[in-house]
Parts: sequence; structure tokens; C-alpha cells
Amino acid sequence: MKHLLDTPLEADLRAGVRAMLADRCPPQRVLARVESDEAYDRALWHTLAVEMGLAGLLIPERHGGAGAGLREAAVVCEELGRAVAPVPYLGSAVVATAVLVAVHDEAALDAEDAALLRDLAAGTRVAALAVPYSTPPFAASMPVVASVTDGSVTGTVRGVADALGADVLLVPAADGLYAVDADAPGVERVAVASLDLTRPLCDLVLRGAPGRLVAHGPAAAAAVTAGLTAGAALLAAEQVGLAQWCLDSTVEYVRGRYQFGRPVGSFQALKHRLADVWVGLTQARAVAGYAAACLADNDPDTPVAVALAQAHCAGVAVTAAEECVQMHGGIGFTWEHPAHLYLKRAKADAIGFGTADRHRAGLAELVDLPGAGR
Amino acid sequence: MSRDGDVSRDGQQYDAAGLRARVAEFLASHDHTTMDRVEFLRARFDAGLAWIHFPVGLGGLGAPRALQPVVDEAFAAAGAPDNEPRRIGIGLGMAAPTILRHGTDEQRRRFLRPLWTGEEVWCQLFSEPNAGSDLAALATRAVRDGDDWVINGQKVWTSQAHLARWAILLARTDPDVPKHRGLTYFICDMTAPGVQVRPLRQITGDAEFNEVFLTDVRLPDSLRLGAVGDGWRVAQTTLMNERVAIGGAALPREGGMIGILARTWRERPDLRTPGLHDELLRLWVAAEAVRLTGERLRQQLAAGQPGPEGSAVKLSFATLNQRLSALEVELLGVEGLRHDDWTMRRSSTVDFLERTPVYRYLRAKGNSIEGGTSEILRNIIAERVLGLPREPRSDVDVAWRDLPK
Repeated sequence: MKHLLDTPLEADLRAGVRAMLADRCPPQRVLARVESDEAYDRALWHTLAVEMGLAGLLIPERHGGAGAGLREAAVVCEELGRAVAPVPYLGSAVVATAVLVAVHDEAALDAEDAALLRDLAAGTRVAALAVPYSTPPFAASMPVVASVTDGSVTGTVRGVADALGADVLLVPAADGLYAVDADAPGVERVAVASLDLTRPLCDLVLRGAPGRLVAHGPAAAAAVTAGLTAGAALLAAEQVGLAQWCLDSTVEYVRGRYQFGRPVGSFQALKHRLADVWVGLTQARAVAGYAAACLADNDPDTPVAVALAQAHCAGVAVTAAEECVQMHGGIGFTWEHPAHLYLKRAKADAIGFGTADRHRAGLAELVDLPGAGR
Repeated sequence: MSRDGDVSRDGQQYDAAGLRARVAEFLASHDHTTMDRVEFLRARFDAGLAWIHFPVGLGGLGAPRALQPVVDEAFAAAGAPDNEPRRIGIGLGMAAPTILRHGTDEQRRRFLRPLWTGEEVWCQLFSEPNAGSDLAALATRAVRDGDDWVINGQKVWTSQAHLARWAILLARTDPDVPKHRGLTYFICDMTAPGVQVRPLRQITGDAEFNEVFLTDVRLPDSLRLGAVGDGWRVAQTTLMNERVAIGGAALPREGGMIGILARTWRERPDLRTPGLHDELLRLWVAAEAVRLTGERLRQQLAAGQPGPEGSAVKLSFATLNQRLSALEVELLGVEGLRHDDWTMRRSSTVDFLERTPVYRYLRAKGNSIEGGTSEILRNIIAERVLGLPREPRSDVDVAWRDLPK
């Protein structure tokens, strides 16, 4: 059985990231910047990626990374979720990085890819996989979003996460995976007024943008699947962090809010619902931990573990955020209280990498529980 | 906690390989194929290979609890007889940890060995007709008379009472103080004059439980566990362990009721509908979530003590079992309505996997009542884990005698 508790090293990492975020990313500061034009909090990213060196956890040491692993990255994602931190960690340090690392598990590294991995590890460049945020990891074939003629990439992708501030876009095309510089001619990014204010989406339009082939054929498809699988698994960790903040802040609020001469948190109508949130969260922590542990060990149970995590954790995070808004009463419905940031992230995350229902359908195939008429 | 082994309190290193070697050494000098079963189990206890996390001299080695499965599997692999843990679950899961923690040395030496070997079966005399969720309101009286206590009252929902040699008993020794403070914990001799056991028939038609009537039962003071008036605190050890025991068994994937349902689904394409498929997949996910949560809890327990997290596992287990058994009846349609028979059976264990869907559906209804109702468990989680305030109470500062009944 997998070890489902933090190792001492993971506990230290968690404490370090949490302390930094408490100082640099309190909810009121996240709230204050959501309507700015900046795609993400660049100062926070600099601290997390460059100073703390956490963007390269998945990158082998020979390419300038920390050579740590998925379990450690899951710890970071959980803490970032807890702070609803507006940084492209999941899109760049997890998904795009996992794609490139998978490519180079199979093939030799050319100079440009080596430089890109080194920069991703150092946190000086940010990359994004150019697929809709809702793309699940178990599609039968690679999600092709562009066509390529003589190295010129053309196509439109709607609803891409963590791409607005990216330097490099990884674009799946029919014959392979291409890297496109985001500021190259022919690249247009249109910001979407997104439900999730802290992970805004964009529509990507490529009109003959210059692309560089990173991988082709089955290797490209395998790399994209690896990236989406890592994304789905670590999104579950993020959902655990989101749910934990929602529960903690709600408990604190109902203990201090007096109506009818006593704390509203003493009413069983609220206590029992909060107990249910805690039970769901306790389960989500075990399930998300199992997914990260399977992925870290390259365990054959990984597809089941990841589908399970996404089938379970999305609902837990959404329920925790919805109860947070409801139990805060009027203040929870205001713009000035950060609860809505968590509700918006939780609901968007429920769509990210495929809905719970899609993952249940995936499980039906994986564990041989076919539907009616099959 | 390290991942490979662990260090006991006496500083001795225990790991899986070392324990397997100990079992092999024991088996080499104790041939279970020729030895009397009970003698074999007594020898296993005396070798410290019974419950390895118990102290040396009391059936254990002071070793990490997490390594117990290594020992059990080594004995099972050799084909050695076990102590039939399902038959003596109350003794193992509830009485033993309480005696270990609160008993005198003499009580530990007297009771733990025959408890573990199964020579003496235990039951639990806690609940009463008017004290269920509000256990501390119980009315069974214990009155001091010389060196004895005289017990009078009625207990209910007592499994194994008709088989038990001993019981753990909670009784009121002082009705003039608030209810939690007037209780004392005893070990009750089930063969004593005045103990009467009657079967209690339940909605499955079986009589798994009993009512126990205690009329002028005399217990020597040496059977008191813990101080006079300290019964509520002692009972907490029992109750925490009960929840772990109910929700805490390690299972492989599809090892529980979900496995029965999944097998039926795979074998019977004719029964499948889209709505049932959706519910089946939701329950498969829920079953895995509960299973992995139990695994994570066991990893926590291996590093420390049972805590209120056990309440969450028990709560989830009850909900899951009820949804699974309800879906099974619905999936099977008219075939799901057939029971084996309604004859009152004196069953002493719950076997969810062997009997009919009707039995499973009905028996699962008890899961959210026994061992703490789901409502009480939510209160425990809200108050002890989340730190939410209690409901205002009118029974805390009033003598038990003066409470409305």
C-alpha cells in the first residue's frame, strides 16, 4: 500500500510554502489584484519559482531541476489551492513540464528543448499546453488543435488555462507537438472574462505562427497524456487545499458569529453539515494522496487512481466552497469577502481536466463496469 | 514514523523480517498440527506474538501496531489456528484496550490471556432502554455492600451476551451528582446469580443481540475498573476503540459489499440501466474513497493513538453500506425481494457477504445506529475535531436524580 501521510521532507516543504503564502498571498491581497491587467502575480511567481526553486520539482537534476517528484509537487499544489494563489504553477510547472519531461524520457534532448527545460526549472520562462482546460487525460487520441504547414501553425483553441501570461505554448497538431513562442507573429491571445478570477482562461488564435516540432507520432500523444494525467492528479491536491481553506474559514466564522444569543456554530443544522464537509475532505486527502503516490511511483494503477481522484475531489471542493458562502450569510455574498474567489476556483476546477462524470465514465472502462446496452 | 521499520519504546528495532523470523522460530518449537488448539494459542500469547503492540508479558512485544498484519499473515500462511477474531471482537476491540489502559496489574494478568485466546468471550453492558445516544443518563444502579457491589438494572443491544463469560459494565454509583460524574466501570461476571439474558429479535428476523436483566447481582470490588465515579472517562477508551473496530478492517479493492454488487453487474448485462450505472459508479468511487481513508487512518494509528478520525470512517461506512445494499435490491428487481428465511436465528456475527440482498439491506440499517448514531458522530466531529460549540444543555449541572425522565 502507498504511504498516504507526509514524509518529514514533505512536511517541511508544506510548512515553508504555507508560511511564504501567508506572508505574500493573503486572501485580501489576492482579492485586491483580481481586476488588474496582469495575467498572474509575477512577484509571487518569482518568489515561488525563482527564489524557492519550486518550478523545477518534476525536472531531472541534469536538466537544472530539483529531481524531486509528483508527491512534492502535490504538496505545493495543495498549499497554492489553500491560498487560491494566482500563479500558473499547475499549467506550467506541472502540465507543460510533465509533457516535456515525458518527451525527453523517450528521445534525446536538443539544444532548444534543453534551454526551455532549464528556464522552466529556473522559473524564468512559463509554458502552457494549448488545449481546452476541460480536456481529460484519457481521450482515445491526442486532442489536436492546430494544423501545420512548413512549420507554420494555424488553429484556434478556446478556454486555455494558464496561457495568458505564458512565454511558450505547446500546441498539439496532427503530426506532432509544436512549441510556439507566445510573442511570435501570428499568435493572438484573447482574455476571457472567466468564472475563475485567479486562473483566467484565454482563447488562442494561431495564424501561421512559427512552430518548432518537439515530438511527433505516438511519443507526442504519450507526452500530452502524461501532462494531462499529472494535471488531473495534482488538481485533486489543489482541490483538497481549496476545501481545507473553505472549511477552516467557515468554522472560524460560525464560532464567532452570534445570533439568537449564541454562536451560530452551536446549531446542529450547521454543525452536521460542517462535519460532512470534514468527512468529505478527509476522504479527498486520502484519494488525492493515493493518486500522487501512484503517479510518483509510475504505478500501473495510476489511471484508476487519477480518475478516482477527479471523480471524488471536485465535488468535495465545490461543496466546501458552497457551504462556505452559505454559512457566511450576507457577508459571504459580497465581493469584499474572499469566499467567492474559492467558489469560482472550485467550480472551474470541477470542469478542469474533465468533469467528475467524465471520470466516472472513464472508470467504467478501466474497472470493467460497462454501461447499459454494453 | 519511518517507512521500513520502527523502534519500540524499549528501543528495540522491530521490522517485518525480524517478526517473521520470530514467528518461524515459535512455529519450529510449537507444532500446531499436534498441539491442542488452546494450548497453542496460550503459547503464542506467552511468546508476545498475540497483539504485538501490547506490553511484554501481556501477549505483546511493545512493537508497532502497524506490523501486526505481518505476524497474523505469517501464522495464517503456516496454517496455524487463530483465535477466531470475529467471534471475540468485543473482547479484542473494546474490553482489552480498556483493561490495558485502566486495569490493575492483577486484572490485566487475570483477564487478557483468556480474552485473547477466546477461552472467555466478552460482551458490553452499556446501552439501556432509556440511555442510547445519551449513554451517561443510564439508570442501572451499583450500590456498595461491604466488599461487594450490588447491581440492579436492565441493559439492551448486547451482542454475545448469551455466550459471554464476562462483560464490561457501566453503572451508576452516585445518583446525587450530575450524570457524567456518578458512573463507575465494572467487569461483570455473566455467570453470577441474578444475570438473565433474553434474545432481542431485530428487523432481519435474527436475534444477534440480547436484553440483559441484572437483579441483585453481587460483584466483588476487585472487579471495578478505574476509580469510583470515573466510569465515564474509562468508557471513552472503550468507545473510541469501538469506532475503530467497526470501521477499521483493511480490505482490498472491491473487498466489501461493493464487490458483490460489481460482480452481479458484470455477470448480468440484462439488469443494467443508465440510472443504475450512474449510481453504481458513484458508489464504486465512494467505496474506494472510504477504503483509502481507512488505510490512511491506519497509517495514522500506527504512529499514535485512536482519535476522533475513527468517527469519520464509521460514519462513511454506514452511509456507504446502506446505499450499496439499497442499490443491490433495486438492481436485482423482483429477484432482490427473495430472502432465505425469517426464522429467528441466534447469529453471533454479522456476515454481509454470505446472506441475501434482503438481509444486507435490512442489516445495514443498523450501521448508522450501533456504535454511535450517525447524528452523534457528526456532533463528535463538529465538537472534537472542528472545535464548534456545544448546543446549550440543561443536563450538565443537575444531579442525575433530578433530571426529567
